[in-house]
Amino acid sequence: MKNKLVVSVSPHLHNNESVSKIMWMVVLSLIPAGFAGVFIFGASALRVIVLGIVSALFAEVVLQVITKRKISVLDGSAFITGLLLAYNLPPNAPFWLPIIGSFFSIAIGKQIFGGLGQNIFNPALAGRVFLMASWPKYMTTFAVPLRAGIGLVKPIAYDAITSATPLTALREGKILEHISYLNLFLGKRGGCIGEVCILALLLGAAFLFIKGYISWHIPLTYILTVGAFTYIFGPHGLLSGDWLFHILSGGLILGAFFMATDYVTSPLTRKGQLVFGIGCGIINAVIRLWGGYPEGVSYAILMMNAATPIIDRYTKNRIYGIKV
Amino acid sequence: MKNLFREFLKGIIKENPTFVLALGLCPTLAVSVSLINGLGMGIAATFVLLGSNIIIALIKNTIPERVRIPCYIVVIATFVTITELIMKAYSPALNRSLGIYVPLIVVNCIVLGRAEAYASKNTAVNSFFDGLGMGVGFTLALLLISGIREFLGTGKLFNHILFKGFEPAFVFGMPSGALLIIGLLLGSFNLLKNKKT
Repeated sequence: MKNKLVVSVSPHLHNNESVSKIMWMVVLSLIPAGFAGVFIFGASALRVIVLGIVSALFAEVVLQVITKRKISVLDGSAFITGLLLAYNLPPNAPFWLPIIGSFFSIAIGKQIFGGLGQNIFNPALAGRVFLMASWPKYMTTFAVPLRAGIGLVKPIAYDAITSATPLTALREGKILEHISYLNLFLGKRGGCIGEVCILALLLGAAFLFIKGYISWHIPLTYILTVGAFTYIFGPHGLLSGDWLFHILSGGLILGAFFMATDYVTSPLTRKGQLVFGIGCGIINAVIRLWGGYPEGVSYAILMMNAATPIIDRYTKNRIYGIKV
Repeated sequence: MKNLFREFLKGIIKENPTFVLALGLCPTLAVSVSLINGLGMGIAATFVLLGSNIIIALIKNTIPERVRIPCYIVVIATFVTITELIMKAYSPALNRSLGIYVPLIVVNCIVLGRAEAYASKNTAVNSFFDGLGMGVGFTLALLLISGIREFLGTGKLFNHILFKGFEPAFVFGMPSGALLIIGLLLGSFNLLKNKKT
């Protein structure tokens, strides 16, 4: 009788969740954006995505075998890293770009810190920034969309045409009349594979919200801060900015919902997450308006990743009403 | 003789100034963009180390304890000035690409560190071999780092293109790439050291 009783400490609640289940759910929520990307940019986008995922999984296995750690390649985290990295690449990237990026993400971004849960920076973004600093030529030439978002087919005679992303055009002072908000929303624009179709991204994000895997604190404050900041500091004086354009263009939606909310590299408490989101928003808007790059999502999130430990320290919850 | 050889050898692996003592990282990070720069910096620092180690070992008994650091600095600065003038006269291009880091050898931790930790307690002959070992160790470390960085960052070694169609990763020509390479090399050195013991 004595042996049949299991004595365990609280909490006794169990909700049937696990790290790996959450990871695969996030993968599921990212699939619509992938479909949209492949639909808009064609087969080359699919090639980049597959290469990114396969090489991330391969890098994970190889490094865990070399360092004699437990092989946890099926927990989905390496899959997400590869997927997100591919979503952050232009669809016409040469084949070695996602491979090197995935290896860097997994090796330097994650395993060198001790694996899942130990990394300071979002691995996929670390990989992207490495590629951006190394081969800017390939990271900033974007193919023109093959199709005009969902449903409309626009035939193109050439193999590939490159175009500037809306944000690059804005930076270079070109007029943007031909890009409507609807086109931005559906994804008829130049850009990275996973960031262009806002509709598909919001679909995935809604799924994660309903399942309770992400909370509104980081994404909402992040997006609203970018909107407010770009509205206030507009091109024609105060309060003249095109805030909707800034929210819909670039990788803001992808970054805010799927990368800034990474459990490992964002603050633990609600209060800290608000600080994190606002910080990301300010850095991002400053880079877009006055920085050297047209887009700053990855840099904003990485900088706030670095600040996460200090945010966690100053936003501890009060335990039992006692001030710590 | 064997003893002196050991003094020389310890600077190369066991007490390598860059990878084990982690000294002089500032010039290492800054000048290791190309092999030529690395070699020039290594030779210049080795020359200063040799000179300062010998002189300080010779005059160690006459230096008052409380002002020893300023005295070391004066000796080191003398040799740095000699080095800089020679470099300016015979290879102005190298001097230009090393820039401020030549005069900054004065405050290079390796030089001052060896003066304080070794030359002020040992004979001139021992100090000579210590300085030589440390200098060669520093030069080899610089060559390793700058070789990797020059190859990955520009696809060249000593300004010669090795492969056609190699896409250089610009990041390795930048400070972030230098930190990355040095971090990985320091880590691998520690790994090797821990395996041995």
